[in-house]
Amino acid sequence: METVISVKDLRKVYKPQSDRKGKKPEIKAVDGISFEVGRGEFFGLLGPNGAGKTTTIGVLTTRVRPSGGLALVDGTDVAKDPVTVKRLIGVVPQVNNLDRSLTGRENLLFHAEYFGIPKHEREKRANDLLERFQLANRADEKTMGFSGGMAQRLKIARALMHNPSILFLDEPTTGLDPQSRRAMWDLLTELHTRGLTIFLTTHYMEEADELCQRIAVVDHGKLLAMDTPVKLKSSVPGGYLVELQTSAQDGAASNLQTALKAIPGVVEVLNVDGRIRMYADKAEGMLAQAMKVAGDQGVSVTDAHVAEPSLENFFLHLTGRSLRE
Amino acid sequence: MSTLAALLHRDLRVAQRELKFSILRVALQPLLFTFIFGYVMPKMGTIQKGYTTMLLPGILALSMTLSGMQSVALPLVIDFGWTKEIEDRLLAPISISGVAFEKILMGIIQAVVAGIIVLPLAVLIMGSGLNLDFSHPFLLIVVAILASWLFSAFGLALGTVVSPQQIGLVFNVLLGPMIFFGCTYYPWGSLNVVPWFQKLVLINPLVYASEGFRSTLTPQLPHMPLWGIMAGLVGFSILFTYQGMKQFERRAVD
Repeated sequence: METVISVKDLRKVYKPQSDRKGKKPEIKAVDGISFEVGRGEFFGLLGPNGAGKTTTIGVLTTRVRPSGGLALVDGTDVAKDPVTVKRLIGVVPQVNNLDRSLTGRENLLFHAEYFGIPKHEREKRANDLLERFQLANRADEKTMGFSGGMAQRLKIARALMHNPSILFLDEPTTGLDPQSRRAMWDLLTELHTRGLTIFLTTHYMEEADELCQRIAVVDHGKLLAMDTPVKLKSSVPGGYLVELQTSAQDGAASNLQTALKAIPGVVEVLNVDGRIRMYADKAEGMLAQAMKVAGDQGVSVTDAHVAEPSLENFFLHLTGRSLRE
Repeated sequence: MSTLAALLHRDLRVAQRELKFSILRVALQPLLFTFIFGYVMPKMGTIQKGYTTMLLPGILALSMTLSGMQSVALPLVIDFGWTKEIEDRLLAPISISGVAFEKILMGIIQAVVAGIIVLPLAVLIMGSGLNLDFSHPFLLIVVAILASWLFSAFGLALGTVVSPQQIGLVFNVLLGPMIFFGCTYYPWGSLNVVPWFQKLVLINPLVYASEGFRSTLTPQLPHMPLWGIMAGLVGFSILFTYQGMKQFERRAVD
C-alpha cells in the first residue's frame, strides 16, 4: 500500500512562560511518535484526553509547528511547505469553528472559493453535499442555531468541498448523542468506502474498534501499540478479564493472587489498588471458580464483573488505567 | 492570489451585511462632534469661524483611522480568543502571512469607506464657513491610503495580543489618550505653547494622520512639514505591519 502519511520521531514540546516563582517544567505533548498511514486506509489515533492526539493531528494539518522529527503528507514536509499540504487535506476540528457570520451554504461556498474552485462547480458541489448530509432544508440559515450533529456534518461537508485526498477528524463524535454518533459512523464508513483516506482521533474505544482498520494507541505523548483492532484485542493475555473487588489486605491478597493463578486457563493475575484483575483465555465458569477460591481462602468478594476482549481491556492492560478515567 | 481575493470576498460579504451597524459605529461620534463644534458652537459665537476648517481634517482622520483599526482588531480578538472561526481561513491554501495581509487590506477598504461617508456629511453639517482645498487629489489619496494602512496594521497588532476579556479596557485606555492627544481637535503646530507636550505627542500615530489631512485639505493653515508626516505614516505603518504579522503568525500556528 502506498504511504500517504509518514510521521517519524515526531516531537512537540510546549515551553510554558516562566512565572515569578520560577520556570515551570516543559510539557512534552508529543514525545517521539512514529507511524505510517497508507492510501485509502481508515486510521485511528486512540488515547485518553491529553495523550497528544490533537497535537499530532495539529502538526499533520499545519496548525502546530513540530519541535522535532518529521511529518510528511503525500511526500511533502508539513513544516516546510504547509501551503501544498493544505491543498491535499480536509480538516474537521474538534471545536465548532464554523463561520457564524455566514449561512451554512456560504460556509461551503467560501471554503471552496479559498481553494480556487470555479463558481459553477462549487455551487453544484455545495448542493450535492448539503443534500447528502441532510442539511439542505436549513442550508440558508446562519449556523448559530445548528444542533451539534448538524454542525458536525456541516464541518465535514466543508472539509470535503475542495476534494481532499485525506480527511482528518479530531474527536468527531465527542458531544454527540448516541443517535447522531451512529449516523456519523455510517457517514464516515461511506466516505471511506468511496476511497478517501481517513485519519481520526478518538478516546472512544468502541469508535476506534468499529471504524478503524488500524489503530495507534497513544498515552502521555508516546505510541504504546499499533495494529488492527482484532490483533490489539487478542494481544491482551487471556483476552477475557475477570475483575474482583475484595476485602483482602496485603498478605491475604497476594495469597489469593497465587491461588487464582493456579486456575486452569488463567494467564495473568494483577492486583491494582486492591482490585484483583484476572486475565483468562475463556470466560465460562471462570467467575464461579474465582469466587470459590476466594471463599476457600476466607476472602469476601464485594464486587465482581467479567469483560469480553475489548480495546478497553487492552488499554487497561497496557497502562493500568482506564481510557475513561 | 485567488485565495487572497476569496478571503477579501468573504470579509466584504460580512461587512456588507453589517453595513448599517458599521456606518453607525464609524459615523455617529464624529458627526455628533461635528454638529456641536462645527455647527452649534460657531452659531453661539463661542468658537471662531475658522475653527471648522481646522477641525474637519482631524475629524476625517479620526473616523477613518478608528474604522480601519476596529474592523481589523475586533474580529481578530473574537476569532482567536473565542470562536476560532478564522481556523478555516488559516487552512486555506495561502501562507499565514497572506491571511494577515488580507486583514490589513480589508481594514484599508473599511477606513476608506468611512472617509467617503464622513467627509461629505461633515462638509454638509459645517456648511458655509469651510475653506477646504481639493486641488491636491493625489496627496489626499496618498495620505488617506497611508493613514488607513497604518491603523489597519495597528488593529492587527492589537487584535493579536488582546484577549476578549480585556478588549473593552484596552480600547478605553488606549483610545482616550490617542484621540485627545492626536491633534484631531487642534493643529500640531499650535502645541508649541507647551513644548514638552508637542514633542511627546509625536509617539501618537494619529498625529500624522490628522496633520496629513491638514496638509492636503487645508494647506493654507499651519501644519507639520510633509516630510515629517510621511516619515510618521510610513514608519508607523512598517512597524505595526511587521509586529502585527509576527504576532498573527504566533497566534495562528501553535
